[in-house]
Amino acid sequence: MLEILQYKFMQHAILASIFGGVSCSLIGVFVVTMEIPFLGVTMAHAAFAGGIFGLLWGINPLIPAFIFCFLSSLLIGPIADKADFNPDTAIGIIFSIMMGVAFLGLAMIPGPKTEALSLIWGSILTISRADIILMAAISFVTILLLVLFFKEIQAVIFHREIAASVGIPERSIYYGLLFLSGAIVTTNLNTVGGLLIFSLLINPAAAAYQLTYNLKKMFILSGSFGVLSCFLGLFFSYIFNVPSGAIIIITSSVIFALALLLSPKRKVKQVGQVTEGD
Amino acid sequence: MVPIVDIRNITVSYRENVALRDVSLSVEEGELVAIGGPNGAGKTTLLTAINGLGKLLSGLVRVFGVEVNHRNINQIRKAIGYVPQRLNIDPRMPISVREVVMIGRYGRIGLLRKANGKDRKVADDLIDSVGIAHLADRPIGHLSGGELQKVQIARALAQEPKILLLDEPTSNLDISAQRSIVELIEKIHRQRWLTTFVVMHELTHLPKSCGKMVLMKNAKIIFQGETLKALSENILSEIYDCPVELLKTDDGVVIRALTNVRNTTV
Repeated sequence: MLEILQYKFMQHAILASIFGGVSCSLIGVFVVTMEIPFLGVTMAHAAFAGGIFGLLWGINPLIPAFIFCFLSSLLIGPIADKADFNPDTAIGIIFSIMMGVAFLGLAMIPGPKTEALSLIWGSILTISRADIILMAAISFVTILLLVLFFKEIQAVIFHREIAASVGIPERSIYYGLLFLSGAIVTTNLNTVGGLLIFSLLINPAAAAYQLTYNLKKMFILSGSFGVLSCFLGLFFSYIFNVPSGAIIIITSSVIFALALLLSPKRKVKQVGQVTEGD
Repeated sequence: MVPIVDIRNITVSYRENVALRDVSLSVEEGELVAIGGPNGAGKTTLLTAINGLGKLLSGLVRVFGVEVNHRNINQIRKAIGYVPQRLNIDPRMPISVREVVMIGRYGRIGLLRKANGKDRKVADDLIDSVGIAHLADRPIGHLSGGELQKVQIARALAQEPKILLLDEPTSNLDISAQRSIVELIEKIHRQRWLTTFVVMHELTHLPKSCGKMVLMKNAKIIFQGETLKALSENILSEIYDCPVELLKTDDGVVIRALTNVRNTTV
């Protein structure tokens, strides 16, 4: 089995699994606890739309993808806050705009659209050294921000209004996390693809949510599940000669299903264990 | 003496609905002020105008002698404890009671700094003093309504505030929990001499040390003054748009709305 590690493309794929799995599943904790799962799809479409225009203009697709994600994250928070919408409604509005822009750009690309469509599926087995460095950088920045601002992030996740009332710059933290989500999606887009990113954002964090009442442990569990999903997915992909992206999605879903089954949060306490206030 | 809270001619609007219309109020340090009135009168909006969570269309709010604006609001909020109306919390929320109380310290601690031993001791002492030490490690989503209100009060006090804002702290609680929360508010005011604003839906549960009352209706303050004067059948009948009967008891007053069909407590 170890012979697969000799191949350069496989070494890159394993590194991409670690960095992609870590960054997506860590920011996924924010997405799941704030109950904004649609954010992942929206950011993926924003990055996709930006990437398509990058191809149209003949520049590196990552640059407009970053700009589109940045603009989306700048719009989602204020639209929800100013218009007093549920954040999911604001996310839905941006999603529809980005989907429209993406299809418009797709229609404007002459000839075969293979390169553009590869942004949807990604290609973890064909990534470059530059992609890996970028993914490592965004993973490092994500972990650094989580460590530096953990207490503020915890307060915002608990309740935005209360976080603001104690004097925390709650909007800066919330909007910053929205932008970080966009940056992570963009960085991972041409590697793991728009579809796979959504499952890596949601499934590991949702699995961790089932297993702990401690936010720090939830971050650690979610990051571990993200990496495990990618590793196992790559391994099964090699063994069974099937597309890696699809198997990574299925693996992360199986981990979620197991967490749901084993969740202590679903267990009913015995009568003797029930305490006051339950 | 400079009032600790000075509200001058403020108007607050949520889209087409005016929540406060040309409201003014001045409160001295150490006062316990109860705010009453029917649903939609603007009571919560008045509280949030003080800590800047509500946005003013016009007028100004001075707190600690300083005009509140977007540049100084985070600094001012660190000295204002706020307990909002009952929160809906996901039972699976991965945060414990102790961690929620610690959130009250975070504004004081500041960005890029960690909580130290003193911060943890302040939180633990408050958890003990509000009577929830046995719940300290429990997930926040697993508490009853009364327990959650005590956590919120401890969290607000962890800020070591000079002003405490309480928004309907006894709503949706059973009578025992209501009594327990009112006694806790009394105790806090007696021991800390905090300037306290408490929105009370049921005036029957007014804290005994409440010296000043603000009664609101239709986005305006209709009455402000001594509590004893506020608790009159004429004033309350006007506020609630129905005849009201006051029954004096050893514990305070019971307020009943008189209708043609039956009597109900306001």
